[in-house]
Amino acid sequence: MNAYVITVATLVAIQSIVACGLNVVVGYAGQISLGHAAFFGIGAYASALLTTKAGLTFWTALPLVIATTGLVGLLLGIPSLRVRDDFLAITTIGINFIVEAVFLYIPFFGGALGIGGIPRVTFFHVKMKGLPYLILCLVFLLLVLLVCRWFTRSWAGLACFALREDETAAASMGISPVRFKLLAFVLGTAMAGLGGALYAHFMRFISAGDFSFPVSVMLLSMIVLGGMGTLWGPVLGALILVSLPELFRPLLEIRFLLYTLLLLVMIRFQPGGLLGEASLVRRILSRLVPGKEAPR
Amino acid sequence: MLLEVNRLEISYGDVRAVHGVDFVVEEGELVSIIGANGAGKTSILNGLMGLVPARRGSIRFHGQEITAVPAHKRAHGGIRLVPERARVFPRLSVFENLLTGAYGLRKKIDLDGRLRWLYELFPILEERRDQPAQTLSGGEQQQLAIARALISDPRLLLVDEISMGLMPKLVDQVFDLLQSLNRDLGLTILLVEQNARASLEISHRAYVLETGSVVMEGPAKDLLNNPDIRKAYLGLAREEEAKRQ
Repeated sequence: MNAYVITVATLVAIQSIVACGLNVVVGYAGQISLGHAAFFGIGAYASALLTTKAGLTFWTALPLVIATTGLVGLLLGIPSLRVRDDFLAITTIGINFIVEAVFLYIPFFGGALGIGGIPRVTFFHVKMKGLPYLILCLVFLLLVLLVCRWFTRSWAGLACFALREDETAAASMGISPVRFKLLAFVLGTAMAGLGGALYAHFMRFISAGDFSFPVSVMLLSMIVLGGMGTLWGPVLGALILVSLPELFRPLLEIRFLLYTLLLLVMIRFQPGGLLGEASLVRRILSRLVPGKEAPR
Repeated sequence: MLLEVNRLEISYGDVRAVHGVDFVVEEGELVSIIGANGAGKTSILNGLMGLVPARRGSIRFHGQEITAVPAHKRAHGGIRLVPERARVFPRLSVFENLLTGAYGLRKKIDLDGRLRWLYELFPILEERRDQPAQTLSGGEQQQLAIARALISDPRLLLVDEISMGLMPKLVDQVFDLLQSLNRDLGLTILLVEQNARASLEISHRAYVLETGSVVMEGPAKDLLNNPDIRKAYLGLAREEEAKRQ
């Protein structure tokens, strides 16, 4: 594998982790979020600051990073208890802009210059870059997928699904909307924090623009494209949306046209996403494995 | 006294839907609240479940004041609602829908036993176990909604307009089922219905609700024979007049 492919693959793995987190919030618990990049950014900045200014290593900083992002996710998840649907979407957009502005205008966060000189991750005194770092990211992605799989099969997951389908009916079944919305926000944003930390130590230089609103839109597009609420949907979505602009690179000007066209075709013909219910891919999969449900 | 409601008032903004109603439900009773569309029946049930706040008045369940308790805690306390138009979780399977009803009760109830009993009661649900609930017919969804409420072994079952949208044959079946749950298993049921005759026939007592107030109450049998009720809710007056002539 050449360095270019490894770089793209690492970015796919990192974006997959972040998209999986968004999938917990939007796909599992049904709380629309257009501000997920804010938490991706909080994870990246937290890890960058802890390793450059506080002198921690990536590994000692990581639990703190994940906890911090989850905690901020909990606080910023509170609006979701009061507003729903399009109002929640607008609120989360606001959160994204505020967080981005904090990074940009408060000198502590490096201001417009961002934060540079972020150390590489070391593992038993070996600096990880290239293929080893890709493998590290894939291991974390695997962990995230295992957590997601466990979550969808747990009672907490069932409670979130019920909430997504009908909040009132769920409450009258004994499911606390407050508890499970916040749980989904904490879990989803903690995953974004993990992705952010991996991103910071991969790029080694971050600035506020890396976590702006368009990134949130891109993350939401990933799970819509791949299949909201499915296990592998976010990964497939990230794979397509990160690698397509790269594949289309030789086409220069028209690559974004093609990219947009593809999204429109998807929304028109496979609104449930590539791995969604009754989608083409799932129908083919269930035909290949007769009598068994296609994997979610 | 299992349920005691005093001067309950419910409003939506400036619109008052329920004007200070009083009623009680004793343990083991089957009570119905009948009334026309818009009389405030559903608001009362939603108020009892905690889905809409009470403006004034009090709700006591098992002697405990629950007026300010949130819905999910009331559900844990043993109040369960079969909502109007079933409101099953459309994309969850029948089995998952049933499980939501048992949420938080794993240790308190014999889940497998309850499931077996429910599948016996509603064989169609076992047949459709792994199908998404949205693929079920209206009648099947109502059965699922009842089963989802029953799985928790409730102390009080609230049933909202169960006959709405069901074909007549199914209406009879559902009312028979509610009656036998009450008679044979001692389940306390509060029924809210537009179909006054069917609900009075199986009830012990009933309340008549008109534009948010209780205008009449008494044993269901008396109400069935009351000329005013017959005229207003049972549509029988004209037949009788015709007979007399």
